[in-house]
Amino acid sequence: MSTKDIIDTLAGIEPGSALDAIRAKRVQARDNAQKSYLSLFEPIDAGDFSLVERAAVAAFVIGLHGESPVAAFYRDKLAATADGAALLEAIKAEIARGKTSGPYGAYPAGPLSAEDKTGLIYRVSADRKPVLGARLVAALEHAHLLVFRPRDAAAADMKALLAAGWSETGIVTFSQLVAFLSFQVRVVTGLRVLGASLGRTANAVAGA
Amino acid sequence: MSAANTVNPPVAFTQDELGWVSWIDPLPEAELTERHFAGLVDRSRAKSEYFRLLVRDPEVLEARTKTDKDIFYNVADGLPRAERELAAAATSRYNGCIYCASVHARFASTYSKRRDDVQRLLDEGVGVDLGERWNAVVKASVALAATPIAFGPDNIEELRRAGLDDAEIVDVINGASFFNWANRLMLSLGEPSK
Repeated sequence: MSTKDIIDTLAGIEPGSALDAIRAKRVQARDNAQKSYLSLFEPIDAGDFSLVERAAVAAFVIGLHGESPVAAFYRDKLAATADGAALLEAIKAEIARGKTSGPYGAYPAGPLSAEDKTGLIYRVSADRKPVLGARLVAALEHAHLLVFRPRDAAAADMKALLAAGWSETGIVTFSQLVAFLSFQVRVVTGLRVLGASLGRTANAVAGA
Repeated sequence: MSAANTVNPPVAFTQDELGWVSWIDPLPEAELTERHFAGLVDRSRAKSEYFRLLVRDPEVLEARTKTDKDIFYNVADGLPRAERELAAAATSRYNGCIYCASVHARFASTYSKRRDDVQRLLDEGVGVDLGERWNAVVKASVALAATPIAFGPDNIEELRRAGLDDAEIVDVINGASFFNWANRLMLSLGEPSK
């Protein structure tokens, strides 16, 4: 593997630690979470979804989850991508506009309608559309939908992406990227919380 | 674009078997190459519209499928399968994915033999009282699914009090987190049909 395990790095898991030993029992899950990261961010062929677009969408998606080592990682990734530094300020401003709490949205009309919950329908600000371009504007709006209100997704959202220049294959990779990040940031957060609790236990024993 | 006008979407959470119809075009079975079959992992998945859509990016699909299989099927140690499926079902219920919830509620019922309790999770939602151990799993899954993520030390303490060890807690984290991946694909690329 050419890159250090991203989840271990972001969760602060040291080789030989208790969490390292637990993760080692799910070696296929661990290796393939890493391969998912690599195939999304270091693809064989970036073809339908450019590397700078991938980094911009990632910085936005993770930024919407709040500040964390994962957010800093993807901001740095965008800044390091060719043409990415120019987008970073616009992405940060859009994160600030798009932050809210989820999941919310509507169910198909019926008994679940009682659980419908309204919330922010995010649109990119008119000021930043020229900087981002039509493809990224559509991508950020769709990514926000996926992060906060996935149950609102409709066939029309696919049409909006296609109209903005996304191919069907590009939409699949884009959806995988947003959905994968939703997984990765949660695994990292969960493992960090668990790791911190183990640290406390260890300290308590040492102090006893 | 696929014609979606033939779909008869379910309007409630269910343990029944549902179909799923894509909003964009899956690859035709006849066009699949060995690269695509590697992405599908199981050749039989070529029959599924969902997997023939995701196989447009075979490398990501292959890695995702192998992650999924290890998190849910590798039960040599760690959390029993039923509770991994419970984490998946609770996450899907909370995110609102009727399709994913149907599949994993069904698995949770099969492995736990607690079909009525699983049905109450679907009918009443994630606040339902299913006993200390299942409540802790459901609550942790929901806290992980929230954005911003609400999972914290209280969830760990609750899981420990319910008898889960650290390896089992990692399985809850993995299972619930994985369904934040799956739900977003199933909800955004197509819709369930009865």
